[in-house]
Formats: sequence, structure tokens, C-alpha cells
Amino acid sequence: MKLPAALLVAFLALPVVALVVTGTPADFVAGLRDPLVLPALRLSLLTTSLSLTAIVLLGTPLAWLLARNRLRAVEVIVQLPVVIPPAVAGLALLLAFGRHGLLGRIGLHVAFSTGAVVLAEIFVAAPFYIQAATNAFRRLDEELLIVARTLGARPFSTFIRVALPIARPALVSGAAMAWARALGEFGATLMFAGNLSGRTQTLPLAIYTLLESDVRAARSLSILLVAAAFALLFVVRSGASLVFGGERE
Amino acid sequence: MTGQGPPPSETSPAPAEGPPQAPPRSVLEIDLEARSPFAVRVRFRLGSGPVALVGPNGAGKTTLLRMILGVVPARGQVLLDGRDLAQRPAEERRIGYVPQESALFPHFTALGNVAFGLPPGPDRGARALALLESLEVGHIAGKMPAQLSGGERQRVSLARALAPGPLALLLDEPLSSLDASVRYKIRDFLGARLRALHLPALVVTHEARDVAALADRIVVLEGGLVAQEGTLEELRAAPATAFVAEFTRTS
Repeated sequence: MKLPAALLVAFLALPVVALVVTGTPADFVAGLRDPLVLPALRLSLLTTSLSLTAIVLLGTPLAWLLARNRLRAVEVIVQLPVVIPPAVAGLALLLAFGRHGLLGRIGLHVAFSTGAVVLAEIFVAAPFYIQAATNAFRRLDEELLIVARTLGARPFSTFIRVALPIARPALVSGAAMAWARALGEFGATLMFAGNLSGRTQTLPLAIYTLLESDVRAARSLSILLVAAAFALLFVVRSGASLVFGGERE
Repeated sequence: MTGQGPPPSETSPAPAEGPPQAPPRSVLEIDLEARSPFAVRVRFRLGSGPVALVGPNGAGKTTLLRMILGVVPARGQVLLDGRDLAQRPAEERRIGYVPQESALFPHFTALGNVAFGLPPGPDRGARALALLESLEVGHIAGKMPAQLSGGERQRVSLARALAPGPLALLLDEPLSSLDASVRYKIRDFLGARLRALHLPALVVTHEARDVAALADRIVVLEGGLVAQEGTLEELRAAPATAFVAEFTRTS
């Protein structure tokens, strides 16, 4: 039992270890000086902030509706991006928002722009937040919502004063998952937004580009992303334990 | 511990005429019918005093409470002193609710739970504290619900329901989550308080031995219909169904 388990754990850990140990700290710092690094870092922070804001602002009401009603078809639509291959998502986004796409024909084309990066991130990351938020709202005790109404709170006020604060830890961890997915977005962005430094070249695209010119810089960026991933995992796990800890009582 | 006062500012359902005081004796008349989620067809009248709602599991007791509260749709009338509340949303009905296992808001202190239904203002905290004190739990005002005992939670839940000055009160199995050591104490306390309120109050219970302490009259709900109503003695003397016979024998 222990041997296969150890084998798999070692396999999963080795690439991350390799990323860190194959260079010196000086290499890491030097790698960050590549001219592609700073614009990519800035663009990734900008686009993921925008996409996460849109996901939370639009996804929270959607999750509330999904939790309170039977909307099977909507649920399927919302979960589709999780299972669609990134390349397919990129093509689909082009066909919707490209110059000759469905909405492009009526003048709404955003392909190969920073806006396209944000749209691609929303498309692939929103399901993670929506699912987490829907589950959190479904776990709410119905009686709490009823009591709030009998105490004079309208439905919207009940949502703000009762549902939202109780679900908050799960919403935060869902948002962290969505952010991680948006930050790592590669395939759909490459096809739909292109790979222009400063405009559409996010961190993963910069790593891909640097692999041909400056492996040291690619490695430094990768370490940054792994560090961010670790931080997120921590947020997600502590958020989850808050939620489940509360349930266990 | 009148718990009276203006309704929550965001709804202000009170009619303009008359002082903001409940009439000394109110009457709640219920005449409701629904097919889902439970087939229910009931008609009964509550005076100023607690009435026990009993019935076998699955009789529709909790569903009926939710229909009266206005969170589950039903056709018919809910008349409070002759005013029909049936077309009003739950937040405007001024019917207090003490749910099963007290269902306190876990993210508020005991004080915060009671203050929830009070209008914002400088005296909100003081009024909430006064309510807690009137139910002998002023000392736990700053505690979170998870830190409270079952009996304390139940008192906070009652204080919370009384805060906005309800004109009627519904309690769903208020003793079900209490262990035997405090159950009788809370039961007698609750019975005395409910009688002192002079409000129409409906108390769901499945324990025959609690009925006499909590209420003076009994409404028996079976299969969504009122099978019988009356005092415990009346029901015992002439039980209309096998359930009533069994229930009154054990009380």
C-alpha cells in the first residue's frame, strides 16, 4: 500500500522541487530582470483583478438563484467551461467575440486585446466560484432565512444580513479557486487574445515565450506562480475548514 | 417585557391610525388551504393565550406554521384582529417565530440576534439587552450562539421573536433540543411567559406531557386537517381519532 502511494507523491512533488533547486537565489532574482517579466506580471494582476471582480459581482446573485431554484439547464451551462478543453474555449470565444464572430458582426469584437484576456479568464474561472457559492448557499439553514423575514427583513436584506455573512468563508475560498484558475489561464488566452507583451501576454504566456529565449526568467516566473498557488491553497483550505468546522458542531 | 414598539423601519406595515400598541386582546383566525408541499386545509381560531398544535409526524405542522408566517404559499385568510394578512409578505405580518432548535444567527452575539428585528437607533442595544434581561439571560448578551446552552439559546430565540413587537407568536417544538435536566424548567418558564404575553400563540409540540404546561387549548392536526380541538380534558373525554386517544392517554 505504501509503495505506490509514496511513488505518486514523489512524482507530484518532484517537478515543483526541480523548479526550485535547479537554480540559485541569484538566478531567480536575475531572471526577474528580463524585460518581458514586469509587463506580464502587471497584466496578470490587472486582468485577474478585473475578471475576479466580474465573477464575484455577477456570480454571487447567480449562485443564490441556483441554490434557491431548480434550474438544471442553467447549471449545466454554467459548469460547461470546466470540461471544455482550453483550445476549444479559445476557438469558441473567437467565434463569438472575434471580428467575424456572432457578436463581432454587430460591432462587438474584442479579440486580441486586454479585454479579450479578461473575457477568457472569466469564461474558464467563473464556474469554480459559482459552484462553491451555490454549494455554500444550499447549505444555509432555511430556518435562519425564515426567521429573518419574520423579523421584518425583506428578501434582499435577508440575503445581505444573513446569507452572505454566513456563507462568506466558502465564498472567499471559491473566489481563491477562481483566481488561481484565471491566473493560470493559457490555452484560451493564446488563441483568443494572442501573445502581445504588455497587452495580452499574461504570466503563463510569458513563461511559454521565455522558454525559447531566457529559461532563467521562465523559471523565476514559474516560481512566482507556484508561490501564489501555495498561498491560495492555504486560503482555500482554511476557508473550507471554517465552513466544515461550523457544520460539524 | 411588552416588546412593543414601532415595526422595523424598512417595512413599516403598521396602519397610520391608532397608537403603536397591540390591543390588549388579539385574535388570530386561520383559514388556509394548500396542495403542495403538503395538502393542508385548516380553519381555527386563536385567542389571547397559547394553544398547542399537536399531531403525528408528517401531519403538516411545520408547513402550516410556514403558511401562517407567509413563507410557503397558501390560499385563504390569516386574520389578525379582523385584518387579513394573507396578501402581505412575511416581513410585514408581525408574527413572531421561534423555530425548532432556536436557529439563532450564528454570526451574531445573543444581543445581535435580538437587535436584528429592532429598528436602528441609539437605544437599539439597550432595548435588546432589556429584552434579554426580562428573560433572565442578560448576562450572556455578548456570547455567540455556539457558546450557549440549549436553554439559553431558547430564551434568546424568544427574546429575538418578541423584539419587533409581534402581534402573534408561533413556536415550533421549542423544547425539542433541550436535555431532560433543563427541559422542565424551560417548559414551565415558557408556559408562564406565553400566558403573560396575552398574544395569540401557537406552540407545536409532539410531547403529550408538555401540552398542559405550555397551553390551555389544543388543536390536533392530522393529514393536513384539524382532527379535533379543545382543552386537554375535552379531548381526553371524547377523543375523535385514535391519535387523540393515544395522545391524551400519555399526557
